[in-house]
Amino acid sequence: MSVTDEELRRALLEAIAAVAPESRGASIPGDVDVREHLDLDSMDFLRVLVGLKERLGVDVPEVDAQHLVTLDGAVAYLRGRLAP
Amino acid sequence: MPSLGADMERGRIVRWRVKQGDAVHRGQVIVEIETDKGLIDVECFHEGKVLELLANEGAELAVGAVIARLDVAGPLPEGTHDARPLPRIGGAPTDIAEAPATPRLGSPSLGERSRAMGGDKEGAFPGDRILASPLAKRRAAELGVDLATVPAGHEGRIAAEDVERAARAPATTQPSTPPPPRDAKEAMRRAVAAAMARSKREIPHYYLWQAVDVTDALGWLVRHNEARPVTERVLFAAVLARAVARAAAAAPDLNGTYDEQGVHASAAVHLGFATAQRGGGLIAPAILDAHTLDIDAMMRAIGDLVQRVRSGGLRGREMSAGTITLTSLGDHGVDGLLPVIQWPQLAIVGAGRVAERPWMHGGAVTPRSVLTLSLAADHRTSDGHGGARFLQAVERHLLHPEAP
Repeated sequence: MSVTDEELRRALLEAIAAVAPESRGASIPGDVDVREHLDLDSMDFLRVLVGLKERLGVDVPEVDAQHLVTLDGAVAYLRGRLAP
Repeated sequence: MPSLGADMERGRIVRWRVKQGDAVHRGQVIVEIETDKGLIDVECFHEGKVLELLANEGAELAVGAVIARLDVAGPLPEGTHDARPLPRIGGAPTDIAEAPATPRLGSPSLGERSRAMGGDKEGAFPGDRILASPLAKRRAAELGVDLATVPAGHEGRIAAEDVERAARAPATTQPSTPPPPRDAKEAMRRAVAAAMARSKREIPHYYLWQAVDVTDALGWLVRHNEARPVTERVLFAAVLARAVARAAAAAPDLNGTYDEQGVHASAAVHLGFATAQRGGGLIAPAILDAHTLDIDAMMRAIGDLVQRVRSGGLRGREMSAGTITLTSLGDHGVDGLLPVIQWPQLAIVGAGRVAERPWMHGGAVTPRSVLTLSLAADHRTSDGHGGARFLQAVERHLLHPEAP
């Protein structure tokens, strides 16, 4: 059973909202750097990655973290990692 | 009522974790206290027994007011190596202060209200006025909801959706005359303002700064993190914190406090870690005994502290025991900063961003990762010479993050 992009995006937004509660319900453009858009520092961003591991079981290596700074980039990366 | 930081004037008893007759131990959390900077778990600093709780849950009291009496077993603990006396909850057989406790009897417990309504702790902070959006006020009128019963959402402000949520909630869980929420953001701003003004008024700051080539330290960090799962990854902030803590342990004129009772050099380093709060405001709780931590332990301590800054559970001791502070604005793009000392501490270290710069290295100009470290220190206890040696020591530790 494969996970849809919509489910990936939802998991991602939940992981972000756990760190930045005020982002809940806000519309975040898919192509902006969420760190700048939501004022996330490196600790916040690391906690988003930890949240993704908890939600999706995907452990993002440090060298790949740059692919996850936008929502669109993160969904594409996660889709690739979860592909059978 | 213990002082949980230099900027605290009053606190509200949210929940007692002990009752009359209970045995208490050193380090045990006995009461939760709400301050302008959030909800703090306050520990007991004695072994003994609770004789009497003198303040009701919900009571707001000035720092120094008596909130409980303890029967302390044996002599009071002497000679802690901390820079200054820890806030005491009562003393044997008398109290720490004689300020009258005037709890608002019969008012609902904030803790209960907060939990019962699922409200956010800051937003539910009772006070003197209600902050609500115009839309929220209109929805409240339409739905027949009393705004004073609505737990505020983001930044202590009631939004229309908060009103709608309250309208759906079962009315039985709401107290009949709850206190209105106070603007948590404004209270935080006032607390920061008071603390910073006091620092600049009383402490003659001097400033030093120095560029540090951290290329090799970053290289080490990449290798250190390479095979690690995300949950064990170390951030550069931990490398910085470790370096500052170790340098501070060898700099008694920069590590400690200077208050009404005079100067107290500290052997232990309790490193304040400045953390921006979402929604505004600043808080710098201390990493206790930071000089004893290796890089991984430091990272765990920072992760734990930041988590609790955001979601509650900071300890009273963490709020009051700091001996020196680190503030890092590197993630926000500034090259460097000249920070303000956290009164009553003696010094604060600032770190700007790590930037790629053309740099002399091995006899040639090469691209290197460079960071500007800065120091603001109290000129009453140290001079530029000692400050410069301290910054050099920070640099030395920064370049050897692997040392145990």
